[in-house]
Amino acid sequence: MSKVFHVEPPALSPQGVSDRSRRWRRVRRIVALPVAALALAGCTVPTFGAAPGATTSSRSTYHLWQGFSIGAVIVGGLTLVLILWAVFAYRRKSDRIPKQSQYHIPLEMTYTIIPILIVLGLFAATMVVENKEVANPKTTVTINVNAFQWGWKFTYPGQNVVVVGQTTQDPIMVMPVDTNVHINLTSSDVIHGFYVHAFNFSRYALPGVLNQFTLRAVNTGTYDGQCTQLCGLYHSLMVFRVKVVSQSQYTAWLTGNANVSAALAAQAATKQQTSSIVPTKPAKSEGNN
Amino acid sequence: MTDVLDPPVVAAHGDHDDEHEEHHGPTGILKWMTTTDHKVIGMSYTVTAVIMMVIGGALAEIIRAQLTTPNNSLVSFAQFNELFTMHGSVMIYLFVGPFAFGALANIIVPIQIGAPDMAFPRLNALSYWLYLTGSITMLSGFFVAGGAANFGWVAYAPLSNSINTPGAGADLWIGGLLLTGFSAIFTGVNLCATIFYLRAPGMTMFRMPIFTWNLLVTAILILLAFPVLTAGLIMLYCDRHFGTHIFTVPGGGVPVLWQHIFWFWGHPEVYILALPFFGMVTEIIAVFSRKPVFGYKGMVFATLSIGALSLGVWAHHMFTTGVVLLPFFSIMSLLIAVPTGIKMFNWIGTMWRGEVWFSTAMLMAVGFLITFLIGGLTGIYLASPPLDFFTHDTYFVVAHFHSIVMALVMGAMGGLYYWGPKITGYLLNETIGKIQFWFLFIGTQVFTLPMYLLGLRGMPRRIPVYPLHPSWQFLNQLSTVGAVLVGVSTVAFMVNIVYSWKKYPAGDNPWDGHTLEWFTTSPPPHHNFYRLPQIRSERPTWDYNHPGHTAAEHGHHADHHPEHHDEVPVV
Repeated sequence: MSKVFHVEPPALSPQGVSDRSRRWRRVRRIVALPVAALALAGCTVPTFGAAPGATTSSRSTYHLWQGFSIGAVIVGGLTLVLILWAVFAYRRKSDRIPKQSQYHIPLEMTYTIIPILIVLGLFAATMVVENKEVANPKTTVTINVNAFQWGWKFTYPGQNVVVVGQTTQDPIMVMPVDTNVHINLTSSDVIHGFYVHAFNFSRYALPGVLNQFTLRAVNTGTYDGQCTQLCGLYHSLMVFRVKVVSQSQYTAWLTGNANVSAALAAQAATKQQTSSIVPTKPAKSEGNN
Repeated sequence: MTDVLDPPVVAAHGDHDDEHEEHHGPTGILKWMTTTDHKVIGMSYTVTAVIMMVIGGALAEIIRAQLTTPNNSLVSFAQFNELFTMHGSVMIYLFVGPFAFGALANIIVPIQIGAPDMAFPRLNALSYWLYLTGSITMLSGFFVAGGAANFGWVAYAPLSNSINTPGAGADLWIGGLLLTGFSAIFTGVNLCATIFYLRAPGMTMFRMPIFTWNLLVTAILILLAFPVLTAGLIMLYCDRHFGTHIFTVPGGGVPVLWQHIFWFWGHPEVYILALPFFGMVTEIIAVFSRKPVFGYKGMVFATLSIGALSLGVWAHHMFTTGVVLLPFFSIMSLLIAVPTGIKMFNWIGTMWRGEVWFSTAMLMAVGFLITFLIGGLTGIYLASPPLDFFTHDTYFVVAHFHSIVMALVMGAMGGLYYWGPKITGYLLNETIGKIQFWFLFIGTQVFTLPMYLLGLRGMPRRIPVYPLHPSWQFLNQLSTVGAVLVGVSTVAFMVNIVYSWKKYPAGDNPWDGHTLEWFTTSPPPHHNFYRLPQIRSERPTWDYNHPGHTAAEHGHHADHHPEHHDEVPVV
């Protein structure tokens, strides 16, 4: 992606501290807190409902999630305690008119400045992860992913391998582990959402736009994928799977499927034009092609 | 009503012919249909909006029922798409929005600033009739061949074009939205003009109640945002019927352009919906804590900055398109948390060391605070592009905005319990009100919290079945139970209206209110006031009733102590 925004993460830059004012240093230290918490805490902190996932960027997203959640729990918990304290401690006991205090400038300044610092910290952490995710590293494997109503087509350019499946057919995108895989994402009709839960990642497939990103899986396995952007009648059945295999298995799969998938593709293409898709109730067992 | 006037009072900015008409004009239903009285129009808005809430709620219950099992066939796929599209559309376009700036705003804002009516009473009537017509137009989609609109309430191109969504339902959706959009624009004009030009003598800008301030910012946002939606809808209609290619790739159009236009309206719309309820909650908390709004000026500046920032955050709905500038929209979206946080702490500060009376209205306001806190915090996640990539279009997002909107519903209910007596002259039953609150509050958490988890486990939005993921069933069922509890709270509300019908006379000032509406009768006379107190702060009625207890800064009493009989006739 071209829109890489370079922000020096305050916690990670060792130089340039000495010539700054004391106040600025304090600001930087507060900004650095969530980032540092993120870096230090790692896997020992709770998951907050998310999972590390199976790619490098899914892991950094997960750590960012943990960082945001720590902030949310602290800020939210504190605010909730204050609300509940006010609710229980100041219940009306008499017809007394309380002191009509209206302003307390230092207090108001405090709860203006602290949130700004928290927000800047969250933004810095966001930028660190985002720059990693939108970076365009060198890739050796390219997969063209095309979304259509209501299925997916995975083309391996130069390999003569095409995988197509619609609704209940559950197509499988095979990719090698520990390899940067470049994805070219397009749509043939309406907007679809390419979403793999285990990758903690989604991206729109837009008609007329080539969306590109890099996936680097760190675990082998089979992961569920699904269209997340409403695309018409069978949106809910527009599922696919991602199978992450070892480099040797990947090569074997490519050679083994070169001709088969070409035939399959032709078959699916005709089907796509002629058939009116009536979904049967799909089960997990069926649809392996 | 007006014949009890003694001596006859000429309203400060009233229209003589109008008043004359009210004396000798039509009665009954014809009077209602031809009225330009902001209170009657406001009541029409309120009743219509609450009916829309019930319709939208019924659609939601069907959606929740469908999702109780992974392979349910209660409704067809096509019907399901209509259901969630119309649920979202009815709730956003026909309930929350019109309730926010058409219903209570219409009734209360002119009275709060001591005005006899809105600045343009006939335009105000037109707003209501456009709103009603638009609502009926949109809903009539259910009765045409092919059914109602089914492309989601956001109508993303090119799914919403005539190839992918043929049929009259989609056109009726566009038409209905155009009509309600114009209704909103006219209300925006009216509110701006009323607030700028019809304030009573002494009611300076910084003596306006927070509710009025919030409605002013809302009105400005309406004027900036709604015309863009109107333009977008006309473009969409042209694409569908006149062969233009604004949003279609084959003719050189850009589908993402629709998203830019839609969300340029859509994000300010979030605050157009929210700010009036922030205002209601602010008034309720201050009155029931018997204290002035803590950090009044900070509150005003927070509202203004929310309004300003909301115009620069629209593309955070589009992070996953891959074609927007992520850092800019990320920092702008994160920054909105700051003024919103200021408001939260000001609300807490208002309760702090007060004498908090937990009437139903106040319970609703506290329910709003807690629910809004949850929705607000989860919104911060979504402002971060990597976390948005993770949760976009999953139930996490659904949960987030339902926390927000259900908080607004609590605000709306609080507003009805608080201001209802002013406009009807009668209180609602407090016991049934509290039952309603607990069903609403607990139901909301039970239906939204499982949705967050579902989203984190990968359940996408807008799916009628999830055959490959039977493990999502339990959380979906829990969510449905919550939705039923919320439904029960709505029934309790209806029961309360019937049960309390003309049973508990309210009197002029049942809550020891702060602002001008509590100075006049319940319901107020035709042009609202026979007399006005001196306006020396944002709490003229309180100052009048409690002359020794004006607002203090850092513990010191303010300079002015209005005398007890410090009032002026409205001439």
